[in-house]
Amino acid sequence: MVAVDLEGPYEPRVRRADLGAAGVTSDLGRGLQGSEPRMFRWERSIPLRGSAAALCNNLSVLQLPARNLTYFGVVHGPSAQLLSAAPEGVPLAQRQLHAKEGAGVSPPLITQVHWCVLPFRVLLVLTSHRGIQMYESNGYTMVYWHALDSGDASPVQAVFARGIAASGHFICVGTWSGRVLVFDIPAKGPNIVLSEELAGHQTPITDIATEPAQGQDCVADMVTADDSGLLCVWRSGPEFTLLTRIPGFGVPCPSVQLWQGIIAAGYGNGQVHLYEAATGNLHVQINAHARAICALDLAPELLSAGEDTFVHIWKLGRSPESGYIEVEHCHGECVSDTQLCGARFCDSSGSSFAVTGYDLAEIRRFSSV
Amino acid sequence: MQPFWTFTGDEWTEVDRKRVLNDIISTMFNRKFMEELFKPQELYSKKALRTVYERLAHASIMKLNQASMDKLYDLMTMAFKYQVLLCPRPKDVLLVTFNHLDTIKGFIQDSPTILQQVDETFRQLTEIYGGLSAGEFQLIRQTLLIFFQDLHIRVSMFLKDKVQNNNGRFVLPVSGPVPWGTEVPGLIRMFNNKGEEVKRIEFKHGGNYVPAPKEGSFELYGDRVLKLGTNMYSVNRPVETHMSGSSKNLASRTQESIAPNPLAKEELNFLARLMGGMEIKKPSGPEPGFRLNLFTTDEEEEQAALTRPEELSYEVINIQATQDQQRSEELARIMGEFEIMEQPRLSTSKGDDLLAMMDEL
Repeated sequence: MVAVDLEGPYEPRVRRADLGAAGVTSDLGRGLQGSEPRMFRWERSIPLRGSAAALCNNLSVLQLPARNLTYFGVVHGPSAQLLSAAPEGVPLAQRQLHAKEGAGVSPPLITQVHWCVLPFRVLLVLTSHRGIQMYESNGYTMVYWHALDSGDASPVQAVFARGIAASGHFICVGTWSGRVLVFDIPAKGPNIVLSEELAGHQTPITDIATEPAQGQDCVADMVTADDSGLLCVWRSGPEFTLLTRIPGFGVPCPSVQLWQGIIAAGYGNGQVHLYEAATGNLHVQINAHARAICALDLAPELLSAGEDTFVHIWKLGRSPESGYIEVEHCHGECVSDTQLCGARFCDSSGSSFAVTGYDLAEIRRFSSV
Repeated sequence: MQPFWTFTGDEWTEVDRKRVLNDIISTMFNRKFMEELFKPQELYSKKALRTVYERLAHASIMKLNQASMDKLYDLMTMAFKYQVLLCPRPKDVLLVTFNHLDTIKGFIQDSPTILQQVDETFRQLTEIYGGLSAGEFQLIRQTLLIFFQDLHIRVSMFLKDKVQNNNGRFVLPVSGPVPWGTEVPGLIRMFNNKGEEVKRIEFKHGGNYVPAPKEGSFELYGDRVLKLGTNMYSVNRPVETHMSGSSKNLASRTQESIAPNPLAKEELNFLARLMGGMEIKKPSGPEPGFRLNLFTTDEEEEQAALTRPEELSYEVINIQATQDQQRSEELARIMGEFEIMEQPRLSTSKGDDLLAMMDEL
């Protein structure tokens, strides 16, 4: 098995074009007119040793452009599979991780696996029905284990961690109770400390999204979502501050993304909503899927995947007159007879993406022609 | 159910058929049994479920050999997987369950006692699950889907009806009504800061969906709307399952069955241990009995048992009567309704002595 080590300062995956001094709206201010429809074709799939479990956000992608490599992470059930691939999807190395055992009859189930890109290192985080495990990015060395405290749980409640995101030098992980745990991560080594527990949600966390702070005050750089559909908008810092709450409407919000002050939220009723993070106002409502949405990604386009077997790509923009968020549909793809469970762009320009599906023992890749 | 069958004894009369249905249903809806099922617990292991299922199937005068039992279990599993997977929204899993109960009540119309048991179960289901949120149902559905992961056994009826592909995967249609609470995809609405709609555009989403007609009823009686969970055999047809072609994605399944576990009993939960440890009463004389064979001939059944792929054997747990004697007695006291006998467990039909048979009530 080939081990790929990451040493030295890490180049984070670039998620947007370099905006420069012109400001946030310049790139988007062109509006959506004149955008050409993009066509995608199905590329060679990457085989998985185990099929993907029917979870949400069940695909994590780590791009290593300097090394011409992409890492993929998929949860199978009691195990998670990490694999590295060369361009064109040629698989190189595979590794399986398991949730740390604890009390119970059966092996604990993993809820999510996700690479967290921090300023000086990349950590792989694995959440399960027992706790939170953190590894060096190649999945070889476990550097931290946090056991969940099920003290408050009633016997009918499932106890688990779910929802993982990096924010500066913090890693935030959601839990079944609605609490979000904030871990302070040193530049290297295992001296990871739980620094804060954020209260804001009363139902299990589903997903967390972050983006680098834009260098101004009062800018939201984290969004947490839960099973009731509630979104909490935060500003990170030595202490995190709750800025806004966006209420749900009776369905879970399994997936959320944050980009340039725009919150994209996917819901259990198949809708995608776009909110202005600064105000919490709803600006776009898309009847996007016929079943629950299972994953979103933003890169600068928006990728949505649903249990209805469809993947859609949306172009985001701002109206040149009003500055309000606008959206148009770019492309739709049907992955026949597959209940999707994960979707990610595989490069920073959004010209290729990958999806996983329940019972599917491969990662399906698409790239634009 | 109208599969192919063969008999070892007299004719299979309507009275016998009713008796078997009554016995199995009254055992399944026994108060203590249901109480155990309703306790918060982890997902059953495959072994535990198989144990409980086999005991239920033998709750009456009907017997099945290993091969037929395997086939029946496969059929049940794939049908259940189909229903959970195709549920439009997670809460519909409860509607599917209600469909099951409605159909079961149809089988035992002339037995008011059992009817009452089923109605009581209905009330319990409503009490415990009726108030769960969409998020909690989603977790339930996702967890159930873990149980069925990588099972791709082909079922004749599903193949014929085109709900299953030749590779064993179910067809997920991209047409038809959307779930209750979901809009038909295809519309984008844009709003200003005051929440007023300022623009609306349509897009082609690729499917052919229509709005949901109405919500299914969660009451004791009502139109469930959903067809999932209704009787697959309301039209008479033969039932077959195919082993060939299902071995491809078995890597992960094989992982589970060979995972080292020194104490096999640990894998069974309370219920399975309870049912596996019961003693049987030695029959005083020749008893009427019917062997249900899900194949067309005895020879075919034997052949199926021999050629069943290794990976798909269920390795039913053999409970040692002596070790579990004390536990069984205590459990029997709790159960109340079931008798415990002193006689050692007898070996029954060919190779089928892995589980004790439950006595008739």
